[in-house]
Amino acid sequence: MKYVEPVGETPIDRQRVVGRPTPRIEGPLKVTGRAHYAYERHDVVEDPLYGFVVGSAIAQGRVTGFDLAEAKAQPGVVEILTTTEMEALPLGLGNSTTLFGGDVIHHYHQAIALVVARSFEEARAAASRVRVSYARTPGHHDLASIADTAPFAKDGDKGPDVSALGDFEAAYAKAPVRIDATYTTPDESHAMMEPHATTAHWQGDKLTLWTSNQMISWGKDSIANVLGLKPENVRLDCPYLGGGFGAKLFLRADAVLAALGSKRTQRPVKVMLSRPLVFNNTTHRPATIQRLRFGADKDGRMTAFSHVCTSGNLPGGDIENGVSQSRLLYAAPNRYTAHRLAELDLPEGASMRAPGEAAGMMALEGAMDELAEALGMDPVELRIVNDTQVDPENPERKFSNRKLVECLRRGAEAFGWDARNTTPGGRREGRWLIGHGMAVGFRNSIPRKSAARVRLSGNGQVTVETDMTDIGTGTYTILAQTAAEMLGLPLEAVSVTLGDSDHPAACGSGGQWGAANSTSSVYAACVKVRETVATRLGFDPAKADFSDGSVHQGSESRPLADALGAGEIVVDESIEYGDLAEKFQQSTFAGHFVELAVDAYTGETQVRRMLACCEAGRILNPVSARSQVIGAMTMGVGAALTEELAVDTRYGFFVNHDLAGYEVPVHADIPHQEVIFLEELDPVASPMKAKGVGELGLCGVGAAVANALYNATGVRVREYPLTLDKYLDKLPAIA
Amino acid sequence: MKPFTFERVSSPAQAAAAAAKSRGARFIAGGTNLLDLMKLEIEAPTHLIDVTQTGLGEISATGDGGLRIGALVTNTALAAHERVKRDYGVLSRAIVAGASGQLRNKATTGGNLLQRTRCPYFYDTNMACNKRVPESGCSARGGVSRQLGIVGVSEACIATYPGDMAVALRVLDAVVETVRPDGSARTIPIAEFHRLWGDTPHIETALEPGEMITAVVLPAPLGGTHLYHKVRDRRSYAFALVSVAAVLDAEGRGRVAVGGIAPRPWRVEAADAALPDAAAAARALTQGASPTDQNAFKIALVERTLAGVLAKARGEFA
Repeated sequence: MKYVEPVGETPIDRQRVVGRPTPRIEGPLKVTGRAHYAYERHDVVEDPLYGFVVGSAIAQGRVTGFDLAEAKAQPGVVEILTTTEMEALPLGLGNSTTLFGGDVIHHYHQAIALVVARSFEEARAAASRVRVSYARTPGHHDLASIADTAPFAKDGDKGPDVSALGDFEAAYAKAPVRIDATYTTPDESHAMMEPHATTAHWQGDKLTLWTSNQMISWGKDSIANVLGLKPENVRLDCPYLGGGFGAKLFLRADAVLAALGSKRTQRPVKVMLSRPLVFNNTTHRPATIQRLRFGADKDGRMTAFSHVCTSGNLPGGDIENGVSQSRLLYAAPNRYTAHRLAELDLPEGASMRAPGEAAGMMALEGAMDELAEALGMDPVELRIVNDTQVDPENPERKFSNRKLVECLRRGAEAFGWDARNTTPGGRREGRWLIGHGMAVGFRNSIPRKSAARVRLSGNGQVTVETDMTDIGTGTYTILAQTAAEMLGLPLEAVSVTLGDSDHPAACGSGGQWGAANSTSSVYAACVKVRETVATRLGFDPAKADFSDGSVHQGSESRPLADALGAGEIVVDESIEYGDLAEKFQQSTFAGHFVELAVDAYTGETQVRRMLACCEAGRILNPVSARSQVIGAMTMGVGAALTEELAVDTRYGFFVNHDLAGYEVPVHADIPHQEVIFLEELDPVASPMKAKGVGELGLCGVGAAVANALYNATGVRVREYPLTLDKYLDKLPAIA
Repeated sequence: MKPFTFERVSSPAQAAAAAAKSRGARFIAGGTNLLDLMKLEIEAPTHLIDVTQTGLGEISATGDGGLRIGALVTNTALAAHERVKRDYGVLSRAIVAGASGQLRNKATTGGNLLQRTRCPYFYDTNMACNKRVPESGCSARGGVSRQLGIVGVSEACIATYPGDMAVALRVLDAVVETVRPDGSARTIPIAEFHRLWGDTPHIETALEPGEMITAVVLPAPLGGTHLYHKVRDRRSYAFALVSVAAVLDAEGRGRVAVGGIAPRPWRVEAADAALPDAAAAARALTQGASPTDQNAFKIALVERTLAGVLAKARGEFA
């Protein structure tokens, strides 16, 4: 189905199944241990060998030699692969540095050897006896020290990543109220529960990878490219992922080394990255330094708006696009946004949940709070005054549906925003200083091609097959809901098979595009199934109503099964998009509100209340959508208060490479979280009239927390995370 | 993890004898720290002596009104013990401020005292660490040191003792009972149990090789208000930036010990004497501090945390 114009009324609008709060259908498998993750595929692989990855002890330089004698003599060792025995492997899609091969070291814990043994313990023990000699060379490990000289990033073939409209400098100079603030965000880790893991097995020249990967078709093409295989000789299977947040968008060393180890030993090989390697061997959200300058009239209208973001990455690596939202969120006639990119010899920076916006809005929405204060204006009203219904850089282009103002007003009312104390440091309860903060949430909705197969069997059972992944978000359930709604069947009549590259290629899980696009592909397939069924039953496909296992038209009614006979109806279909995304900006919106308590003595923080009011089109499953948003809000609290990959700028690595050192929020950090979804449909975005919601809940949360900290204490901290050492000496004197 | 041999003993005397036979042996009880360190090959014992069946799991009253806590009493059991909650509240509060429920179920009183530092450079075997490999250097100096020590540290090592329980034991003046490889018993005051690093940061306690903790003895109750305030970056499952254990009267006089700043639970006589003046007590506690740029904030944090504890002891808030 090519989606070229907004759809009218569809069977989905009935919302008998879609849109109803629905517990996830694979939940019982997960809570009873019957959902097999990549490292546990004992259901398909017998007697595997175990591979343990050795990571480089230096950040920059060369491997000059291996001494494997002691390691090879360890019990259980079957094989040891070293990086110097082959040329550097080609880059997979989205990789900016090679995953294995060659003697050049680009970052700490780069994979340099794989020890394959009979057991995990034997492989790990032998791995520590691999002796490596290095020639270390100095590198750039400190973003702050080279940020000032970083060149503009390149925007594809279009030259420097600079966008200018009007005359920012002149308007800024004239503006009666100005803000000039620099914020920094640290390197962050996805820190998902399941590390990268793959079980590999060759049969002849055919390779199967049972792996943990968000994007099956990308992964399949990448492994084929990296290992020089024909794509048709590769199969990936990933029915379940234990989280990813972008860490598993692209091929990683676990898959490459499992495949190489299995090839060498002619046995199935399992490789899971140890937890330290997850931090330094794989990818992270790069740190940013962001300067924001706003000029506004006294009524709050911004006349001049500038946001410049600097990040670093390995040569060839991408930017952390912190200005993405700033080009779309607020109206201002004179604008300047740009991105600088420094070459940095740290592990590879790449996408992490809401890449760009997550870090960008921590700065933008903090600076907006500063502007509101400078204006003496309610921060909510400042956002409303500067709202735009068109793309500010291209006013011809409207938003498909933009209900930001409604999100803010409804959120503020539900939160009790008007009852807050507006004097920073002015509210004390016992030992606690109490503050309130808000921020806008904004993240784009991205149309992507996605395909699925729908089988309708004679017994009235439906099977959905696609290589789409469920990263823990609830994809199984919303695909089943979609098929059930379209075919007038109960949810229990639908089964869903995901993550198998032999099935039609879906959009995958990333960029909060998974839900809307993958359900739209099932919708499209079901449209065709309905046409076939209706035609066979002598009904008009345009008028037939599929309900209760039957097809109805006028006074006539026939069981669905009558259309099937002995066979089944099988439809492969995809959703593809025309130019609606060029004509209309498609985005999702939220108002985030936070109440924070700060210990007047110690500076410790405790988030007391959080509320998000979101607009993301149709909410397909309020249960899993809420889970997505509260999970993201939790991640936002981590980004605001604790999460930071601490860089050793001498040796060039992330020091706190375990879950004790990299502190994500625990239950005790997170209070009651309230989520409100506006009841909106966005038929421009997708035939499901849905947009994404998985990243929206994160965008802006950090700034809302920071703004609450300011309101509580009167101390503005522009350096995330907001650990107490950054403001302890500025807290009000202890009374 | 290196291969090791394993035996289980059924009495403290057998444990001591087994330790005497085997250099490079370690005792194992809960294993909550040792096993992690073995997996990372920070510890590589050749022999493990399982002491979980040595009958040291009881808490009993002593003749002078105190308590004897067997070395194998779990953190969970100790924190929940009626007399501990009633008479030694600072200990109960300190224990539940540490680790997680699951870890406290496994961790033992003796093992907790021997918990090793959480310095990130100690944990990364690619990095120089005098504690892990004597005389290899200290990569924490000049590195990421926000969590590390400010007092009692040395040129060779700036790590801290990371635990909570021992900070409360320090303020209570507990005594550690042990058995040595030759079978003889002795007692070690908690004040002398953890060593300052000096030039030998790999030697962390007063225990001799093969010496095993059998019990921790608490003197008769002190009365007063028992408080433990642990400051950390998140509200559970994190090590202290600074913690304060205190037993105070209604005016704020009494005893304090501080965790998270030194190689041992940090208690200074002059600080106790300065109470209830938080600033003066904090000055005494941090006298001679040699912080890094990243952890200098701990000096102010000690004072502010102490001030909060004193305010609470005075009943200024719940």
